Amino acid sequence: MILKFLMKRALLSLITLGILSVVVFLGGQLLPGDVGRAVLGPLADARAVAVFNHQVGVDRPLPVQYWDWIIHFVSGDMGRSFTFRAPVAPFIGAALANSVKLASLAFVLVVPLGIAGGVWAARRAGRPSDRGMVLLGQSLGVVPEFISSIVLILIFGVWLRWLPMSADWPEGAGPLTQVRYLILPALPLVLVFFGYIARVARVGTIEALDADYTRTAILKGLSMAAVMRRHVLRNALLPTITVVASLVGYLAGGLVVIETLFHYRGIGALIYSAARTKDFPMLEAGVLTVGVVYALASVLADLLSAALNPRMRAGRA
Amino acid sequence: MTAAAARGGAPPAVQSLARERLHAALRSATLLIGLAILAFWSLCALFGARLAPQDPYADNLLATLAAPSAAHWFGTDQLGRDIFSRVIMGARDILIVAPLATLLGTVAGTALGLCVGYFKGALDDVVSRIIEALQALPLVIVALLALAAVGTSNATVVLVIGFVFTPLIARTIRAAVLVESDMDYVAAARLRGDGPLAIMFIEILPNVLPIAAVEMTVRLGYAIFFVASLSFIGFGIQPPSADWGIAIAENYSLIGSYWWTVLFDAAATASLVIGVNLVTDGLQSVFDP
Repeated sequence: MILKFLMKRALLSLITLGILSVVVFLGGQLLPGDVGRAVLGPLADARAVAVFNHQVGVDRPLPVQYWDWIIHFVSGDMGRSFTFRAPVAPFIGAALANSVKLASLAFVLVVPLGIAGGVWAARRAGRPSDRGMVLLGQSLGVVPEFISSIVLILIFGVWLRWLPMSADWPEGAGPLTQVRYLILPALPLVLVFFGYIARVARVGTIEALDADYTRTAILKGLSMAAVMRRHVLRNALLPTITVVASLVGYLAGGLVVIETLFHYRGIGALIYSAARTKDFPMLEAGVLTVGVVYALASVLADLLSAALNPRMRAGRA
Repeated sequence: MTAAAARGGAPPAVQSLARERLHAALRSATLLIGLAILAFWSLCALFGARLAPQDPYADNLLATLAAPSAAHWFGTDQLGRDIFSRVIMGARDILIVAPLATLLGTVAGTALGLCVGYFKGALDDVVSRIIEALQALPLVIVALLALAAVGTSNATVVLVIGFVFTPLIARTIRAAVLVESDMDYVAAARLRGDGPLAIMFIEILPNVLPIAAVEMTVRLGYAIFFVASLSFIGFGIQPPSADWGIAIAENYSLIGSYWWTVLFDAAATASLVIGVNLVTDGLQSVFDP
């Protein structure tokens, strides 16, 4: 039963990725009109543009180009960068590894904080402190990352001098030093995500606190701590997992700004510099990679929810 | 809401829904504070040139990077331009681009939502799949891809953000239209022979407008978020605008010694997005208490 459900979700993700690849391909290949002209600039010789277009193969029919591109992409060949005149894949791999480091630190910090904030607010539901927490989370969630970065850099980097202002750690730095350099870039993500996670955890907790099984647990004499741990939190966490997975998709957008701001060589900075230099093969590969990561995160979230949900485990849902 | 109306004096039964909503709106502190912030920046956007004490674009190479003082409340930047005047002028472009993009997305999204919600079937399936695919990508990334391809200008930023918002708003409207389609008044319109266009736009549209309005304020907040972020990375509003995002990008390298060149622009951006968020929150509690 679980297997069938997961297969269905994985298939849907594949369809989504297929459509996404078409959108990305059209975005990179069709929108510029003349790729060679866009790359070489308005002053370039018409013959040079034609030669460039022929070299990179954009003078072929669109369906042929798409098929060629996607078949190679699936087998790990993401094309050649216009800028570096080298295969794209190693760049994407290295950048992705760096971004995963930064994102992991952000999630390690924000998930417990968000859940704690949500549960805290839920236990005061309806009171001014609950409303204050909801508004705080919402407001933090709408402030752009570069704004919170600036404020955090001013406070922790310039005034207090506690943390380095860029993520450029010295060559050969140990893991702990790296974490120290990554805290400041991770904090803006923590601020943006806090509200989303807290809101979902709050609603989940309020529902679980209201449920019959919670009343039963209290009436049979369990301590409040045990009720929270065994009955409330477990149920409140389920929707939180889903929201964390959807944040993984959003994450890459924040990374574009944050990695550029903190000089960190992640996937966001790579996509940004590819967009700046009109390096379309790099741009398309980077964007599609973000899509693949998002799809993997959603399938993983489904797996986790299935594993944690007793009804799913029993195969009744 | 009934209790609030009762405190207002007149018996609840007499009050129309609209009046009740107005009373609730006046009682919502978040809505009023948000509206005040939004009104302040709108005034700056409209009359910035007259409100600014000094010419926001005038260089003064004798007074570069001056700290905040009586002469320059927020200090001066690398070219000696008065930052206080530039922060006031900086509201203009973002408050033109973001609302236009939101309006475009809302109009197109509402039309699309009406169509897929009313006709359902294959159209609905196809559009839903495309919406899901687009959601796998963050807006900043879609915008980067599109803007790198078509080039950056205020018009292309409006088009790209409007285009990305369209399916997101369509999804919300679609859900509301699905509920409305089952109502008796739609069946009645169909029985008296109204065509699908008339039913969608004359019968159903007025009933989903409040949802579209709330969705629009939510999206306005995101639009400001994205226009500011795109301007900061050079893919949004372009110099010589006094835009806050551009100002922060230009002065960011000086942050270690000249904090005033970035802090006030950052505070202005934050206050604008939080103001819009408070309005959204207030409206939601009025329409959906």
